[in-house]
Amino acid sequence: MQLLKWLNTLGRYLLLMGRSFSRPERMRMFMKRYVKEMSQLGVDSIGIVLLISFFIGAVICIQIKLNVQSPWMPKWVSGYVTREIMLLEFSSSIMCLILSGKVGSNIASELGTMRVTQQIDALEIMGINSASYLILPKMLGLITIMPFLVIFSAATGILGAYSTAYFAQIITPVDLTAGIQHSFNSWFMWMSILKGLFFAFIISSVSSFFGYTVKGGSVEVGKASTDAVVCSSVLILFSDVFLTQMLS
Amino acid sequence: MIEVKHLYKSFGDKEVLHDINTTFEDGRINLIIGQSGAGKTVLMRTLVGLLEPTQGEVLYDNRNFVNMNKREKIHMRREMGMIFQGAALFDSLTVLENVQFPLDMFSDMILRDRQRRAQECLDRVNLSDAGDKYPGEISGGMQKRVAIARAIVMNPKYLFCDEPNSGLDPKTSLVIDDLLSTITKEFDITTIINTHDMNSVMGIGESIIFISDGRKEWQGNKDTVISSRNKKLNDLVFASELFKKVKEAEIAEK
Repeated sequence: MQLLKWLNTLGRYLLLMGRSFSRPERMRMFMKRYVKEMSQLGVDSIGIVLLISFFIGAVICIQIKLNVQSPWMPKWVSGYVTREIMLLEFSSSIMCLILSGKVGSNIASELGTMRVTQQIDALEIMGINSASYLILPKMLGLITIMPFLVIFSAATGILGAYSTAYFAQIITPVDLTAGIQHSFNSWFMWMSILKGLFFAFIISSVSSFFGYTVKGGSVEVGKASTDAVVCSSVLILFSDVFLTQMLS
Repeated sequence: MIEVKHLYKSFGDKEVLHDINTTFEDGRINLIIGQSGAGKTVLMRTLVGLLEPTQGEVLYDNRNFVNMNKREKIHMRREMGMIFQGAALFDSLTVLENVQFPLDMFSDMILRDRQRRAQECLDRVNLSDAGDKYPGEISGGMQKRVAIARAIVMNPKYLFCDEPNSGLDPKTSLVIDDLLSTITKEFDITTIINTHDMNSVMGIGESIIFISDGRKEWQGNKDTVISSRNKKLNDLVFASELFKKVKEAEIAEK
């Protein structure tokens, strides 16, 4: 029975995606919304991404230096591990998990409120494909801005690590730089960006689905918002395993 | 003209509309009245295509809306305007942008012309100075008037209003009724209003259908409603003391 329910939800999700990926009725209106969504979902998230990445980068560097590094290891290990963690996992997966909370709940509650206040019905009555008008710009907006967020996150994490070198003097800047430059594989950056793009699609489409299909009132909007965050987080974690294996 | 023929609508086993047959005429205010839960909103949502009927036909000037494909329905909907119970204005847009929205989506006018047309509609509903405000900054009555302006901006042939007076004081309700009545005549629109406001019934009900338990119980107008012997209709329309006295006075006069 539960399996049937999941299949039913998956079917409704795919149908909604089918409706969403249709040609916009008015390109000028689509572009207007696209730019607005990039700003609202992406640019407005830069602050939290930078803040968290900076401190996580700093903390990883301290932890590795104080708890992992030993006299038997080269001095550049802390910098090297910080870079790898930031690039391989934090800047894509963990950062997207954080964003699924901020952006996902934002999308689900916005669309859910539009649904319960009949704004979506109003669009339909005007002869507008409401799914395409509302959801497509959100998905494309977040997907467009995500590579920048990933790059900013990785760079800020490294800056955080440098802050431990310059201000806390836990590690020397020379050792840190040596570690950060050691055996750099540029594919890791691309891998991080690719994962970010995929997760951006998950966050925006899953949250849109939960918000768009709300039935009821404000309690259901709140529940949809929570469900959107939980579901997109689980999907990100689950797909991260496969993506990491596929792309490595 | 909109004709409804043998319309049925069920949700699972529950039949909400049963064999509805009626005609909504051009240039007139057509009211759908009934108690809460009678099926008025379901009927209106079925008429505009937000719900699929289980059976039956909805003919817009002899074009069967039920049988239309998706593309034809979208095209058809551009001839409709709708005012929702809660106005359903877009929160993120200003009042002027809300009214201008259908023009932005569907017209080829240049921006200045679109703005001018939207302002004309705002002037028409006496909201000339509210263009820069957001829906959250204006009163419920003003929101309804903005919704009317948005509904008429594309010169629709059919105007649907789902309880336009809900949540409004009697004086503002009269303003809205008067506005809808004038606009219907001015633009020769087929207007269908879903209401249980008896002031509207007595004031603008040129054609009235009464629905009870999903069935059409009675059809008439504001003049014949007084003399109706339909018990269910009388229980609804003359539920208040005021309207009871109006009916008694009318009968005594005759």
